[in-house]
Amino acid sequence: MTMNLTQQIITIAMVVLGTMLTRFLPFIVFPSGKPTPNYVQYLGKMLPSAVIGLLVIYCFKDVNLLYGSHGFPEFIAVAVVAFLHFWKKKMLLSIAGGTIVYMVLVQLVF
Amino acid sequence: MTDVNKRNQLWIAFRAAFPFTVPIFAGFVFLGIAYGIFMHSLGFSAIYPILMSLTIFAGSMEFVAANLLLISFNPLNALFLTLMVNARHLFYGISMLEKYRGFGKKKLYMIFGLCDESFSINCTVDVPKNIDKGWFMFFVTLLNHTYWVIGATIGGVFGSLVKFRTEGLDFVMTALFVVIFIEQWMKEKKHHSALVGLGLSTACLIIFGGNNFILPAMIAILGVLTLIRKPLEKVEVSPT
Repeated sequence: MTMNLTQQIITIAMVVLGTMLTRFLPFIVFPSGKPTPNYVQYLGKMLPSAVIGLLVIYCFKDVNLLYGSHGFPEFIAVAVVAFLHFWKKKMLLSIAGGTIVYMVLVQLVF
Repeated sequence: MTDVNKRNQLWIAFRAAFPFTVPIFAGFVFLGIAYGIFMHSLGFSAIYPILMSLTIFAGSMEFVAANLLLISFNPLNALFLTLMVNARHLFYGISMLEKYRGFGKKKLYMIFGLCDESFSINCTVDVPKNIDKGWFMFFVTLLNHTYWVIGATIGGVFGSLVKFRTEGLDFVMTALFVVIFIEQWMKEKKHHSALVGLGLSTACLIIFGGNNFILPAMIAILGVLTLIRKPLEKVEVSPT
């Protein structure tokens, strides 16, 4: 190890500080006692759907369409999740079904 | 409210929150174990993943932090890297400004624990009327945090012993976000925002690649949402 214990603690503290800054900053800048600017309220309404879209895409960041399994297991499993969810609308069933299909695909098929 | 009544309220909120966190239990325990094993393989004792999962509680950043500990000491570099990797939390905060309003002291913990998964559940779920919203969201946050620490602890302590075929189990997180996206999609009348998020993120992923696409995607989303604000508000009559 190149760092001593104090340096390790400082490094971890910096990561904690950075993470907490990103989490607390909006609440510090726009405290609940004061009216939030209209533009920020608009963002607060619009962002959730957009960010969940971003999170879905984030899950595919390591999928390579050109090599290996070409993303087939991922796309098939997502299709299974979507199909189960539109059909039964049971969150746990859709998630478990899709995950099992994905595990079978990556372990046995691709 | 009497003590018994309050305890009842808490228990009801806990029981309502738990089912929503079950997929996260599966995902976090698995990813946590992977993280603990990873730390173990780098030569860190179990206390590192345990304390880091407790205090940082941001999955991908904890993997990055492990690598930071192995290079030469540079605290400012660590801070800026963290700000960049976790910048998406800013969006979560802005989205939750209204939803976390008036929850008192427990709000501090809910902001501390505002990870991807707690955000996506707490911002889309319709808490039934008879259940205390604040405690429901508090328990979602607390349960998710607990799962992550449990996983990291198991991985850190038993790191070298775990050998089972779990390849692909981490897909449970992808499935969770897909389900939440579909739920949100079916709930809303207009899909501008969802399509903006999906489309621009995909475009940025293709252009910038997996490791660098989040920041440009966030900027693009902010830009386009700002551009379409006027035209959107013209067609929209609903005051909410």
